Amino acid sequence: MTAADGGGTTTLVVRVENKAGVLARVAGLFARRGFNIESLAVAPTDDERFSRLTIVVGVDAAPMEQVVKQLDKLVNVVDIQELNPAVSVERELMMATVRADPSIRGQILDLVRVFQATVLNVGYDEIMVSLTGSPSRVDDFEDLLRPYGIVDVQRTGKVALPKLVKSAPDPLTP
Amino acid sequence: MNMNGGQALMKALENEGVDILFGLPGGAILPVYDPLIDSSIRHVLVRHEQGAGHMAEGYAHATGRPGVAMVTSGPAATNIVTPLCDAYMDSIPMVVVTGQVPYAAIGTDAFQECDTTGITMSVTKHNYLVTEAADIPQVIHDAFYIATTGRPGPVLVDIPKDIVDPNNPRSAMEWYTPDSHDLPGYLPNQAGDAELIRQAAKLICEAERPVLYTGGGILKSRGAEALLELAELTGIHVVTTLMNRGGFPDDHPLCLGMPGMHGNYTAVTAMQESDLLIALGARFDDRVTGKVAGFAPLAKIIHVDIDSAELGKVRRPDVAIQGDCRVVIEELVKALKEMGGREAQPDRNQWRSRISGWQERFPLTYEQSKGDEMLKPQYVLEQLRDSTPSDTIVASGVGQHQMWTSQYWKFNHPYTWVNSGGLGTMGFAIPAAIGAKAGRPDRMVWAVDGDGCFQMTAQELVTAATEGFPIKVALINNAYLGMVRQWQEMFYEERYSEVYLTRDVPDYKMWAEALGCVGLRVESPEEVGPAIAQANEINDQPVVVEFRCEAEENVFPMVPAGMSNSDMVVDPSQRDQPR
Repeated sequence: MTAADGGGTTTLVVRVENKAGVLARVAGLFARRGFNIESLAVAPTDDERFSRLTIVVGVDAAPMEQVVKQLDKLVNVVDIQELNPAVSVERELMMATVRADPSIRGQILDLVRVFQATVLNVGYDEIMVSLTGSPSRVDDFEDLLRPYGIVDVQRTGKVALPKLVKSAPDPLTP
Repeated sequence: MNMNGGQALMKALENEGVDILFGLPGGAILPVYDPLIDSSIRHVLVRHEQGAGHMAEGYAHATGRPGVAMVTSGPAATNIVTPLCDAYMDSIPMVVVTGQVPYAAIGTDAFQECDTTGITMSVTKHNYLVTEAADIPQVIHDAFYIATTGRPGPVLVDIPKDIVDPNNPRSAMEWYTPDSHDLPGYLPNQAGDAELIRQAAKLICEAERPVLYTGGGILKSRGAEALLELAELTGIHVVTTLMNRGGFPDDHPLCLGMPGMHGNYTAVTAMQESDLLIALGARFDDRVTGKVAGFAPLAKIIHVDIDSAELGKVRRPDVAIQGDCRVVIEELVKALKEMGGREAQPDRNQWRSRISGWQERFPLTYEQSKGDEMLKPQYVLEQLRDSTPSDTIVASGVGQHQMWTSQYWKFNHPYTWVNSGGLGTMGFAIPAAIGAKAGRPDRMVWAVDGDGCFQMTAQELVTAATEGFPIKVALINNAYLGMVRQWQEMFYEERYSEVYLTRDVPDYKMWAEALGCVGLRVESPEEVGPAIAQANEINDQPVVVEFRCEAEENVFPMVPAGMSNSDMVVDPSQRDQPR
């Protein structure tokens, strides 16, 4: 079951050693069980010894438990957080090239304005835009662009961090 | 000290305490075989790389120290994949060094190149592709640390030829002795949580029908003594899985023996009827549980394992304790003593009498051969057991002979049973026995092998003969792939498909002699004892004793695959007994 047909998804944030082959070890654990990775974002952290992987897998939490434990056993995996979308802030970047005959370019620019997206490049009958936002907002933007004819689209896969604590300790420390 | 990578590799292995290396040289690993000549490490030249891997495993089984194998790239590396997977399944500490094509040639389909780290990623605890000579001391130090700590397992180190080749400037390096590990993602935890241990102790004190379900983790953690103390303190019966035969003495009144598909009736049934299973270093393997939904339905579970991924993998425990088995058992014993020791244990006389009732009604049994009938394999194993020292190390292959050995042997010492449990690797016995003999030259080592298994790795008897490992092989020749034949008889309406191996080809006696061994052939019960006595006397040569056995003997009892352990099929002579 995948997110697309209504099943759950799990988002894992995995801190790994920044070494050759680590991504293959991580991906292999999912592949061996037939779990498809829906999106994956990888980048070094502020400490260059480590990278952070944000992995979205189209599997409910229950069968994930064993995978997470196996993942944790990998020597190069430092720590793993399972992120619940309700308590995390998620962002994704999309770049898209859309058909934009000069006669309808204005309509697309309206959408860009509404979504606070960015125009990256303009051709005589195409326009390249980008949007950073929550995955669902990016979905909406992509859906609205589609009727105009998407020539090319590239999404990064989401990255996420846990939401911050709202209630301050009492008394508030300066 | 300036040296080349090859010298550094040998020095690093010496520093880890390696005294013996099982291997076979070839192109990519060639430069390492030169400094080997000057090393204190003994090298055993195998005849097939799979043999090197199983020898390293046998060595580790018998000694508890990591076994080490070294082979070349490409086909040698793929030949050692089976032992790696075997060691991974059975948590055997092992370090395998493989040669690799020069670093610059990797990915060019060079001669004898294969993606060794890619191929072995899923069958090793960890693996390394070393790219710089200067990394060799640290990687070897880390490899042994990872292989031997936490849940032990195999680690592979793949070494490109250029970084060990003195003719290549990339091999030049300055020696250093690593004194620490920079492994931020690897922090094995030994001690169990004190509160959980207290909860476990409380459950034990409340249980009316508890059973200690003990697995390979007992032997891996060197916890046999601690287990004995726990069992004697509480008076709780112990089942020893295939991986923990010898971890609790078979002649102890609390020992119920092996559980599982071919376990004895009492061990299986006591677990089924139990109200508390105390699983220590065991992993609820399908061969133990039978159909999981029907396994020990009334039992609460205490599960102790060094590997947290085992906790709840198959059966959700009531108390899950991550930690080293020995450490946790010792803490558990302390907690139980604080709660009152033996006095705090409930009266379990009724349970004990149920157990002894099962033991009386359903002992292991077989029908002895009469007249011209062929030898019974169980008889051979009983004779072998009774004619060898009690600390004899027994290695077995996989199949009927393995189950009969586990059933009929009396394992009274830890580290005397060497076998392939999880992977079920046919051909394991002979090379594993050689490795065990290499590790424990003071002990008598018998391999019990089947005719199918024997034909897979017999070439290593040449290694045994030429390298001076006088192991003894009891070859149970029943002319069949016996376990498969048994399944076809029981579950495929006796439609035998590709299981007959022939009785007389090869001629095992002649083959044994050709391999440099003494070959003996036994066909009647009267010959069994004298042949074993003769084999036991020979200490300068390996011996193969071919026991020509009944072809259609089946292993009983048996829980058919996919069935509940409550549906165990017992020996035909016991089928009218009340359960």
